[in-house]
Amino acid sequence: MSRDTAKVAVRPGDFLDIDHLLSDEERDIRDTVRAFVRDRVVPHVGEWFEAGTLPVELARELGALGLLGMHLEGYGCAGASATAYGLACMELEAGDSGVRSLVSVQGSLAMYAIWRWGSEEQKRHWLPRMAAGEVIGCFGLTEPDAGSDPASMRTRARRDGSDWILHGQKMWITNGSVADVAIVWARTDEGFRGFIVPKGAKGFTTQDIHGKLSLRASITSELLLDDVRLPADAMLPEATSLRGPLSCLNEARYGIVWGAAGAARACFEAALAYAKDRVAFGRPIAATQLQQSRLAHMALEVNRATLLALHLGRLKDAGRLAPEHVSLGKLGNVNAALDVARAARQVLGANGVTLEYPVIRHMSNLESVVTYEGTADVHALVVGGALTGIDAFR
Amino acid sequence: MKICVLVKEVPDAAVTKRIDPATGRLDRSGEKNLNPYDTHAIEAAMQLKEGGQLQVDEIVAITMGPESAVRALHKAVSLGADRSVHLTDEALAGSDVAATGYALAQTLKRENPDLVLLGQQSDDGECYTIGAVVADHLQAPSLTQVISIEVDGDVLRCERQAEYGYDTVEVELPAVISVGDAINEPRYPSLKAIMGAKKKPLETLSAADAGIDLSRVGAAGSQVECGSFKAPPAKAAGTIIEDEDTNETVEKIVAWLDERKLI
Ligand SMILES: Cc1cc2nc3c(=O)[nH]c(=O)nc-3n(C[C@H](O)[C@H](O)[C@H](O)COP(=O)(O)OP(=O)(O)OC[C@H]3O[C@@H](n4cnc5c(N)ncnc54)[C@H](O)[C@@H]3O)c2cc1C
Repeated sequence: MSRDTAKVAVRPGDFLDIDHLLSDEERDIRDTVRAFVRDRVVPHVGEWFEAGTLPVELARELGALGLLGMHLEGYGCAGASATAYGLACMELEAGDSGVRSLVSVQGSLAMYAIWRWGSEEQKRHWLPRMAAGEVIGCFGLTEPDAGSDPASMRTRARRDGSDWILHGQKMWITNGSVADVAIVWARTDEGFRGFIVPKGAKGFTTQDIHGKLSLRASITSELLLDDVRLPADAMLPEATSLRGPLSCLNEARYGIVWGAAGAARACFEAALAYAKDRVAFGRPIAATQLQQSRLAHMALEVNRATLLALHLGRLKDAGRLAPEHVSLGKLGNVNAALDVARAARQVLGANGVTLEYPVIRHMSNLESVVTYEGTADVHALVVGGALTGIDAFR
Repeated sequence: MKICVLVKEVPDAAVTKRIDPATGRLDRSGEKNLNPYDTHAIEAAMQLKEGGQLQVDEIVAITMGPESAVRALHKAVSLGADRSVHLTDEALAGSDVAATGYALAQTLKRENPDLVLLGQQSDDGECYTIGAVVADHLQAPSLTQVISIEVDGDVLRCERQAEYGYDTVEVELPAVISVGDAINEPRYPSLKAIMGAKKKPLETLSAADAGIDLSRVGAAGSQVECGSFKAPPAKAAGTIIEDEDTNETVEKIVAWLDERKLI
């Protein structure tokens, strides 16, 4: 039987009433992160972007809120659901991809690596302070000559007595120079292994990457490891292959599926407000068919991306999420967000190229987001492989 | 000592408020939230507790409202209250300010608090009066529109925001204090607090449980009845001055004010 739907009013900010699919607790978490981003990120992020920095104090504030490693259980972590974690990523990235990156790298890459592959001792030593934002972590997998193909990495670790000697170079490492601790992946005689490298270890230096025109409100560095001597207990005991780092990336990518939907939403909202306000040829540009078509397209993409993210969240909470699902989500949502950002940028005319509005910042950030954590191509290959049973990487 | 904080579930700030012509009451069907002013009252309670000058053993959030008002209590608890009390009864629906104040006071008597805090107004009814009504029933001093509370021995030194300036008033406990939003910046509830909110004790009371005389509450027990409603007269559209040349803009603004003898 069909019900009377005449009374249902559509809200531009949540066209498909996706809110209704969330629990009260999920909405409360979402609202808290949204308020934090509104108060603490949005008013400053244009300046951070322009200056090419992100204040490290933000990590403590994010820690106080409980957002760092929020989906992990125990060791001072909140133990929230995957869906709640996703909602937080969405709100953070609606502010800026750089802020979401900080949280992703801390929680899903650095903390998760220790939580999933570390010893009890390592977990107790590092995780509570990382959850509080007192210790910042970074995650070094990529190298100058090994990005999409991490198996070709050159960084090596060899045993020397009970110690390890780590040698090599990591590139494009988010939070690298501000991190108190780096999770560094290296090839060893026993397979690929992860190491916990504290800041200040002899032979370990960092150098920031300058001239980025994307993800500027985020610090990206090179890690230089010149025969760094580490004690035996610096090695993550449980990881012996690339499954180690890839499991971490899978967690972070899941957050990006949501984050991209947030960035898209922010661009759409900016475009909608601008179109209603901006008068050209004697009427708001929102009154023109061309702009309405653009807005409709953006709303469609934002809602579709959010639904996709939510679906993956529910799958993850039910223990039914496969890495291929995440690849499909990252591929689809980041591309959709780029599409929305570019359309929104045009709606804003000249204002769309300034940092006064969030749109070009998101648009350029998303160029990093579509590249890191597996490029769109790589995720297409993962999905293609799952569809056809044929590995097309090599 | 014990602090009780009165809280209310109100339509979310983003929802356009309207009177339901059929009932003469506010249409509360849309998104709801904890009354923003009450978040300042909870924060004030938290600051008294954390300030350490008073030995605050417990902060209790109390609401009167329909089933959905539990959400407001969960929020209050996530912001720091230790437990909550939900007064809910069909018989209470349609209570006016006097009836609501009476019902809340009856509930408060069971708790016997040293201090009652509440937001100075609700985002929906905007009456500003519940605090005074409650205080009267409790035979306790009432302070309204308070924007700072300092502990000085046995007394609280409060600053009131008055139309002509600020009053500094000292009050002994027990007392009922309604606070303005200038009093503090409420904290963000942490994730753990949000997730733990449902695990904190929540007591549900009927009107009978709270010892409420039913003849004094609900629509029938209320003295105030809403007659007709009129929308305020539409305002004329304002003048928008585009700031193309700042000197010119300033001149235009000055001329506009001058014309109206405002400067
Ligand atoms: C701002 C930023 C922050 C980053 N943060 C981190 C971090 O914290 N930690 C970390 O370890 N890394 C980080 N990275 C690195 C990132 O993960 C890599 O850049 C990414 O994996 C791609 O690697 P690459 O740049 O070497 O590109 P390549 O792997 O060299 O790819 C170049 C191009 O070739 C395509 N390609 C590659 N292989 C195939 C194939 N088999 N078939 C078809 N096409 C292919 C790619 O899609 C791409 O278009 C970050 C990058 C950026 C931009």
